Amino acid sequence: MPDWGTEIRLRVEGLKLEPAREAEIVEELSQHLNDRYEELLAGGASAEQAYRSVMEELDSRRLAAELQPRLRPAPRPVVLGQDEPGKPLAGLWRDLCYGARLLRLNPGFALVAILSLALGIGANTAIFQLLDAVRLRTLPVRDPQELANIPVVYHPNGRTGSFSSSNPQLTNAVWERLRDQQQAFLSIGAWSAQRLNLSQGGEARYANALWVSGNFFETLGVRPVLGRLLSPADDHPGCGSSGVVISDSFWQREFGGGASVLGQKIALEGHPFEVVGVTPASFFGVEVGNNFDVALPICAEPTVAGERQSALRNPQGWWLAAIGRLRPGWTMERASAHLAAISPGIFEATAPAEYDPTDRKNYLGFKLGALPAASGLSELRREYESPLWLLMGISGLVLLIACANLANLMVARATARQREMAVRLALGASPGRLVRQLLAESLLLAVVGALCGAGLAQALSRLLVSFLSAQNSHLFIDLTPDWRVLGFTAGLAILTCLLFGLTPAIQGARTSPGEAMKATGRATTAGRGHFAVRRGLVVSQIALSLVLLVGALLFVRTLRNLVTLDAGFQREHILINDIDLSPLRLPAATRVAYKQELLARTRTIPGVISAASVRVVPVSGNGWNDNISIPGTTVQRKIADFNRVSPGYFRTVGTPLLAGRDFDDRDTAASPRVAIVTEKFVNKFLAGTNPIGRTFGVVQQGGKVDRIYQIVGLVRDTKYNDLREEFMPIVFVAEAQDDSPDLEAQFMIRSDAPLTEIIPAVKRTMAEMDPAMVLNFSVFDTVIRAGLLRERLMATLSGFFGFLAAILAMIGLYGVISYTVVRRRNEIGIRMALGADRSNIVGMIMREAGALLGIGLALGTGLALIAGGAASTLLFGLRASDPWTLMLAATSLAAVAAGASFLPAQRASTLDPMQALREE
Amino acid sequence: MTYIAPKVFDRELKKGSAELLILSLLEHRPRHGYEISKLIAARSQGVLRFNVASFYPLLYRLEQRGLMEGRWVEKAGQRRRRYYRLTAQGRKMLKEQRSIWRDFVNAMNQITGAEHA
Repeated sequence: MPDWGTEIRLRVEGLKLEPAREAEIVEELSQHLNDRYEELLAGGASAEQAYRSVMEELDSRRLAAELQPRLRPAPRPVVLGQDEPGKPLAGLWRDLCYGARLLRLNPGFALVAILSLALGIGANTAIFQLLDAVRLRTLPVRDPQELANIPVVYHPNGRTGSFSSSNPQLTNAVWERLRDQQQAFLSIGAWSAQRLNLSQGGEARYANALWVSGNFFETLGVRPVLGRLLSPADDHPGCGSSGVVISDSFWQREFGGGASVLGQKIALEGHPFEVVGVTPASFFGVEVGNNFDVALPICAEPTVAGERQSALRNPQGWWLAAIGRLRPGWTMERASAHLAAISPGIFEATAPAEYDPTDRKNYLGFKLGALPAASGLSELRREYESPLWLLMGISGLVLLIACANLANLMVARATARQREMAVRLALGASPGRLVRQLLAESLLLAVVGALCGAGLAQALSRLLVSFLSAQNSHLFIDLTPDWRVLGFTAGLAILTCLLFGLTPAIQGARTSPGEAMKATGRATTAGRGHFAVRRGLVVSQIALSLVLLVGALLFVRTLRNLVTLDAGFQREHILINDIDLSPLRLPAATRVAYKQELLARTRTIPGVISAASVRVVPVSGNGWNDNISIPGTTVQRKIADFNRVSPGYFRTVGTPLLAGRDFDDRDTAASPRVAIVTEKFVNKFLAGTNPIGRTFGVVQQGGKVDRIYQIVGLVRDTKYNDLREEFMPIVFVAEAQDDSPDLEAQFMIRSDAPLTEIIPAVKRTMAEMDPAMVLNFSVFDTVIRAGLLRERLMATLSGFFGFLAAILAMIGLYGVISYTVVRRRNEIGIRMALGADRSNIVGMIMREAGALLGIGLALGTGLALIAGGAASTLLFGLRASDPWTLMLAATSLAAVAAGASFLPAQRASTLDPMQALREE
Repeated sequence: MTYIAPKVFDRELKKGSAELLILSLLEHRPRHGYEISKLIAARSQGVLRFNVASFYPLLYRLEQRGLMEGRWVEKAGQRRRRYYRLTAQGRKMLKEQRSIWRDFVNAMNQITGAEHA
């Protein structure tokens, strides 16, 4: 019988049909030819005749031609897991779809993965967004990279004088000389930020004011959206209540954005100013974190502050900062060299006449310099830049731990899919192609996680800003995501994808097909290599979370140290009342008596336990110091902090009087000057001897010693500038003996009633005296808390991250130990069958967990000690290597870890040995 | 008038009628390819005959158009064979083609047979 199949196959193979279809056709047609051949033979034809006849009917060319249009050729075969030749990226979409399908089939895994990535990426993006806004973003003005800030860059012994505003870099005299003599800048402007009261009488309402020189706006290249901006013509000596420019937000808030604002008057500290223009919405000033409301010319400062208090007129008044736009072709270095060259002339011409020779010599050595100011100036940046970088590191570690957790899950999945990988490898897939397929799944997770994280970051960064906004000063930070933030998030997505996806992918693709196919289901999952990776990941998670826990504990204990610190005064139940008496225009001679009367009336308010007047509220950021000399000793020209208080101050703030007496009615302007000093003063200047009755003098400008004070009392040490500082020597002098009383008063009122209930009564009492005075209330405890914002931020966030890290690490440990139990089921069954009791089994599993924990903790301790250095400047009352903190963190982590491993161990011990062995 | 050579006329006639012949043979029961071709040759007493090279592509076309469907059937002691049977669509098509054919033959008969009447 002829081989019809071969004949037909030869004729149709050119059609490149799908193999299965071709086989069917060959089979069907061979049968036909066979039947025909047999029929011919039966009809009497010879074999040869029959063969020739059948072959004629087959008519080879015709068969192919007739079949061609009827049948679809097979698509080019692609072996699963291999690229089409010449298209290395072909099938990427298919990989992604396949990955999506797998994730849909495993919603629990997908949810955990996406959630942990979203949290990690969200936290990182939120903090980066703040860093970007505070540190990296340039000012929204024309060519910001040309801008330079011009401070005194060289002042080896510090500067002397009075300092106000957030950037007290220059005095007005220095500014004017600088403006007139410099040649490095095309244009140069000066500014100073200050809060000015908008209300006339009653409780104060503040606007963020910007004193600006005439060419400030021109230097920055800002254009008005309405009216005009200030120009050099507005800034001339004696300009009085001139025109002011308002910001867009102030315009919207106070005037509803109406065009009729031009020409309207606004009252600043009781002085009317006419609005001449509005700045664009994007312009917030030059200080990141503060949005200005009103800009007024520097020349109007004496009008607002009063001639006597004016910083403009004070040759020692440091209150301005300068910003300049470099001339084309000039660099910062060249400008700095130029400024250094003109500095001697400027400081020679502006040296205050009151300086003694030491101060003068120091002053003449100052040098100005140019610093890049493209991203503006910022107190916020100085205060928060390093905490933010640190938080960035912390949240980065959390993300790393989350990635380790995910990698762990992915390795487990890869192990479970080993047979699938083996089949694909056996079918001819290249390992590289399998890695790509597995990475596609990770990429999908990372991208979805990053998208959720980016959304979360928007909410988180806004939450952080509101956290940082103090009671009275709302932070203004532009948080619109820019290319840097988007790039950062995208980068994180790719990085995390590689971090958690690459190892499992490589592991998966490294499967040996032969072994995997041969092995039975369970034995396959017991790959030692995979398990070593998982254990390594858990060890690194424990180590990293120990670092984070140590950090969290350090910051929490820092905050606790500051909150519970004995500052020498009590913080609770004290209301601070700032009183501006300037609208009353009291003559100097009556001011002290007027304030005493106000205080006396305040003390009669029901609920008030005690009240006192104070010049400097402790740790409020204000200060006053002077040099003192003690006759007949080596204590000459030594610096001490000063405060001026009324009788009853120590009782009000709860500072114990240790010896002598408090101020009282005996101390008047006519009586000898008296002072109360702190223990530190006695120890530092009087060698610890009894201070009562001793005298000291205050060194005045020019080196003359006058104002001799007799010490009448000794009080406990109290903090002055800052809770973090060491106790300083402090001198308290009597309010009644003030030679030059000003038109401001500050009362501290202790009450056992809720402070918010006292405020209306205080307002009433003050209004009864004179309704024109301006009041501002704050709570002492709140003021102190506001000063601890940075510590609170670090404690809260690092605590949160530490907690999160510990949870993630424990999930990882739990997973690995549970897996150990499954892997060793048979072994455990055999052990139990041979007589091991339950406690042996629990002990065995716990020892394995203990080994992982031990290695993790040892590594983590080393890392924590290394990383601690970065946090040391932010700590208070403990060192970064504090052994108790380390021990506490390690113990709590060990305790939680023991709990996480005990559950699977317990499960292992309740295993039925018969069942476990039967499954083998 | 278009001149059609006798050979071409024969081919076109076969092609046009082939579908009808195959569908008709499947009307009452499924049959395999060889059986169909044998029946055509037998019932036309050898006038109509298809060779393999054109017959099977025609079957596949009818199958592709959904007029009939082929299925492998195994019977004890025999090799498996592919049997074709009419689909509902095929049945409808058969009805239509049969009626057209009748009309055509009647018309042809009336013209070609009138000379002899």
